Amino acid sequence: MTPAIWMFLAFVAATLGITIWAARRNTGASAYFAAGRGITGWQNGLAVAGDYMSAASFLGISGMIAFYGFDGFMYSVGWLVAYLTVLLVVAEPLRNAGKYTMADLLAYRLTPRPVRAMASLSTITVSTFYMVAQMIGAGALVKLLLKDMPWITTESAIIGVGVLMVVYVVFGGMLATTWVQIIKAILLLTGTIFLSVLVMKHFEYSFSSFFDAISHLTYTDPKTKLEVTRNFLDPGLKFGDAVTGGMGKWNLISLGIALLFGTAGLPHILVRFYTVPDAKTARVSVVWAMLIIGTFYILTTFLGFGAATILKPHNIPFDNMSAPQLAETIGGPLFFAFISAVAFATILAVVAGLTISASASFAHDFYSNVLHHGKDVDPNTEVRVARITAFVVGGLSIFLAIKLQSVNVAFLVGLAFAVAASANLPVIVLSIFWKRFSTTGAVAGLGVGLLASIVLIAVSPSIMGIDLPDVVAAKRHLIQMQPLFPLENPGILSIPIGFLAAILGSLLRPEPEAEAKFEELQVRAQTGLGAEKAVSH
Amino acid sequence: MNSSQDNPWSRIGQSPRYKELLRSKRAFILPASIFFIAYYFALPILVGWWPELMKTPVIGPVNVAYLFALSQFFMAWAIAFIYVRKASEWDKQAKLVIESEELASKH
Repeated sequence: MTPAIWMFLAFVAATLGITIWAARRNTGASAYFAAGRGITGWQNGLAVAGDYMSAASFLGISGMIAFYGFDGFMYSVGWLVAYLTVLLVVAEPLRNAGKYTMADLLAYRLTPRPVRAMASLSTITVSTFYMVAQMIGAGALVKLLLKDMPWITTESAIIGVGVLMVVYVVFGGMLATTWVQIIKAILLLTGTIFLSVLVMKHFEYSFSSFFDAISHLTYTDPKTKLEVTRNFLDPGLKFGDAVTGGMGKWNLISLGIALLFGTAGLPHILVRFYTVPDAKTARVSVVWAMLIIGTFYILTTFLGFGAATILKPHNIPFDNMSAPQLAETIGGPLFFAFISAVAFATILAVVAGLTISASASFAHDFYSNVLHHGKDVDPNTEVRVARITAFVVGGLSIFLAIKLQSVNVAFLVGLAFAVAASANLPVIVLSIFWKRFSTTGAVAGLGVGLLASIVLIAVSPSIMGIDLPDVVAAKRHLIQMQPLFPLENPGILSIPIGFLAAILGSLLRPEPEAEAKFEELQVRAQTGLGAEKAVSH
Repeated sequence: MNSSQDNPWSRIGQSPRYKELLRSKRAFILPASIFFIAYYFALPILVGWWPELMKTPVIGPVNVAYLFALSQFFMAWAIAFIYVRKASEWDKQAKLVIESEELASKH
């Protein structure tokens, strides 16, 4: 048994303890779906950060900086700026006008059944895509981190992660899920701060020698096998015209649009605002989340540039392993174990957050309000349905992750953001700000936005491309032909399509009843009058 | 249809205090959003179309590109900070709106 396993087991034991504690306090639907709306501002801020900082950001972005320098750093900026959309536009109205899911806001003045059915479909789609990507990542990570323990296979890692996330969600509900996020966020931030300090210690705490090393980096280019000296602070190594033939900058802009509009449409982030007592706390929690997320992304530059200068890119066999490998080199085996355990905890917490948002949407939107017309559903039945959904979602994503483990799934997270930005965000914004928005507009916006994202990704270079015969399965394009759409991220086109569909739908089929209720929704959203209150314990 | 007199939502919606709250929110949120979106997209646009300008060193080897990317974090924090200060004013205004409605509904 390696120290990594012990640390991971300690995290699992602590989180299961929390689940038992939360299960005792979970009485009623509001406790199960919204943690009784009793989470405080800083706690929810940590939980939002925990839900958002996935293994893709921790391992992926530090790896990208280690290999491509500044371009990797530039990539990370949009993830924080996106929270301004959450703060300025959606968090408070959503908290004021809803109960458990984003569909509550839409159903307020539109015809509930079609709107909730579509919103539920989009929520479950986003969550499942995101979750399968995370679980396949978990499987691959285990193989690399625990190379001296061949008895832990990719399959057993995926099953383990899947079973744990179902246990948290089924027994502990939103309260346990929130605390899992909080602990994970603290661990992740602690790990990143320590690793950054170790990097600076290596440079004798001198920023000028650190930046000198970054700007004169001599290494063997992994592609050309030639020794080169490059300035890693200069842009262009990943997205520059010389590398991408001019498409890199458009890809970055399209990604930026998807982040700025998509983050505020991610269902597992939006449900967090129902766990706090009021809109003011929702606002405070976004600010806490922004402080934590921003600090984290600034620190990933130390991790990434640290790996580039201390390890050198040609000594890093897998780009995603830059941060753990750096931890092993400058921190020793125990610190490597800690960082590996943090990476596991990160994946586990993110998938638990996705599971609860998918099951809440199925139980509250689809089961209670679509199948049962919003009538005669006992809140306890709603909770039971959500628990069963968590089982099904967990089982399904374990199955998909195992089936797809050797397939190139890098497009799945991008797809989740594209759907959130093109389907969810347009209808949320129009519902709050546009009087003439109608049910037809909402259904059209959600449906067309979802479809446009999926189709454009399917014909993009993420899925289409022609590979040389020696490319491994996990890196092969799924469809071997020239891509029909030139950008990896469809946001630049699919978001306007989503908005256009929502606006055209509303203009073609106006809805006087929805217009009449606009003022009521607006007063609620802007003043907080009549908002759902916290459950007193 | 209810007349505006017995529909509390519409009574609030038509009140001058509420309209002032909406106006004040819009006057901040709209320009702030346009600013942060423009500031953010300036980064990929400058780096994409004027890479040589962005490579200019400023402090030792640290160049314009790195400093501008780093400034995005502080820009986001600054707007969030200003928003929270503004929003505590709006909270007070909203409270007044709700209180005057409660008073009106008793009559």
